[in-house]
Amino acid sequence: MSETDVATEAHEDAPVASTALFGQAVLYPDRGAYLATVESLRDEGYCTATDLTVVDYLTHPGRSGLPGGVQPERFEVVVGLFDHARRERVRLRIQVPADDPTVPSLFDLFPGTEAMEREAWDLFGVSFEGHPDHSRILLPEDWVGHPLRKDEGIGAIPVQFKSASDRR
Amino acid sequence: MAAVRLDLGDDERVRRRDGSAVLRMTEVEAADLVLDPSDPVTGERADERMILNMGPAHPSTHGVLRLLLEMEGETVLRSKPIIGYLHTGMEKTGENLTFLQGPTNVTRMDYASPLFSELVFALATEQLLGIEVPERATWIRMLMCELNRVASHLLFQATNGMDLGAVSMMIYGWREREEVLRFFEKVTGLRMNHNYIRPGGVAADLSDGWQDDVRHLLDIIPPRLDEYEVLLNDQPIFRARLQGVGVLAPAEALALSATGPILRATGYDWDLRRDEPYLAYDRVDFDVVVGTCGDAFDRFAVRLEEIRQSLHIVEQILDLLPDGDYRTQDKKVTPPPRARIDESMEALIHHFKIFTEGFHVPEGEVYAAVESPRGELGCYLVSDGGPKPYRMHIRGPSFANLQTLPHLMHGRLVADAVAVISSVDPIMGEVDR
Repeated sequence: MSETDVATEAHEDAPVASTALFGQAVLYPDRGAYLATVESLRDEGYCTATDLTVVDYLTHPGRSGLPGGVQPERFEVVVGLFDHARRERVRLRIQVPADDPTVPSLFDLFPGTEAMEREAWDLFGVSFEGHPDHSRILLPEDWVGHPLRKDEGIGAIPVQFKSASDRR
Repeated sequence: MAAVRLDLGDDERVRRRDGSAVLRMTEVEAADLVLDPSDPVTGERADERMILNMGPAHPSTHGVLRLLLEMEGETVLRSKPIIGYLHTGMEKTGENLTFLQGPTNVTRMDYASPLFSELVFALATEQLLGIEVPERATWIRMLMCELNRVASHLLFQATNGMDLGAVSMMIYGWREREEVLRFFEKVTGLRMNHNYIRPGGVAADLSDGWQDDVRHLLDIIPPRLDEYEVLLNDQPIFRARLQGVGVLAPAEALALSATGPILRATGYDWDLRRDEPYLAYDRVDFDVVVGTCGDAFDRFAVRLEEIRQSLHIVEQILDLLPDGDYRTQDKKVTPPPRARIDESMEALIHHFKIFTEGFHVPEGEVYAAVESPRGELGCYLVSDGGPKPYRMHIRGPSFANLQTLPHLMHGRLVADAVAVISSVDPIMGEVDR
């Protein structure tokens, strides 16, 4: 109970930067305030987490549209929450630096993000602290690399059955 | 999260281990778990406890879904869906195709309802571009999507029947679906993977005499749905296989991010078509179908009734579909007409530029969502101002819905697992992307 109070206070003390692009509300909490922000949003009525993904801004670092005070980093964790009662969506964009790609897991707040966070780890190499099953989900467990990162090229990895084309 | 409801009562099996429904370990760890004689839990009844692998090529796993089931005798304790067998990196591919080529990629995700993936990609792109789509294009999109929902749910009826032993149902379901696909082929040129809905409108106008084709569908499908009801609803064995199996509460469904018929079957009244209207859904009349107890039978019944509601929408579209253009005349995204190319050098260059370089989309990021037959299908697009998406993410409803599987199967017999997988109706192309 006391944890919730602290979280709400932290949210109120340092207002989270926000924008509205195309009529969609976007919040930009920093990594420290991420969990507290999501928790207070959940208590406000955002009852379900629709989506969680990552964007790698390696080759597009100077993106416009970020509100003042938000320091752009290489990775951005993007979380979509939905308040069914008020029919409002909110999107959170959390800046995650390349040298420490770690954010806390939302599993305790929204268990439905479990697979999405595994996918984000698998494809982008962003880790989620406190995730109950921090493993790859789409790629084989012994896979090396995170293919949706911008520095992973297309066709750089030899594929199985490639010898088939020799006989054509 | 709310505790998983089990009807095993205070059976000691429920209290075993951490009581969780999800098996969170790798294949190797799972094997060691059972073989370890020093394990205090497996030690006493190790002969009854095992890890059973199901799939990925099991006939009832709808493609290549694989499950690790922790069993005690015939009871499923914990389980873990293992996915990725169909992963082809479509989100990465999407970053290397222009916005015009994008629909050819996303349409291959959910192959049972390809038009919805195209639609959500087109809606997101149009929002970034800030273009308006002509009325007629909007209504054509609605018509095609609702027919696609019918086809997709008919496919579910077919496979669900087959999984439960009503093999004749498989033939009937595919038969009716084929009638719808025949109409799609006439309009789009292909039965599946249409690449029909594109940013700016649709690829072509409806075919001549489309009203007759649609009326034909409206004539033949409803009586056959009545036949399904006789065949399935009135069949005690079919009901016994589904009723009370795989029960989910609304709070659990929301917590697990489940959407679509799975969420509605729990009695939770939620449909993006009504609650966050896109296209022109606020101008047609339809009911949101909800279940009562969230079991596999409700999920079956919700989908069956949704076919009728979709046909009801299609019937209204027949009267309401306006005349006009089927794609925007914004020169930025639409190539010049064929006749102009013969007489104008500029038109030829314009055409060439759109199909080679592609049109540039203003910088920004946007999330669009539609109600696909499986739930909320979302598209998160980031553009850096170039002709290709900087990031294209699809929020697949089946991907999120699959997380309910361990909770639905927990404490049930392994024979029910087949009914449960079938009732979740995952399309693996969209799960793995």
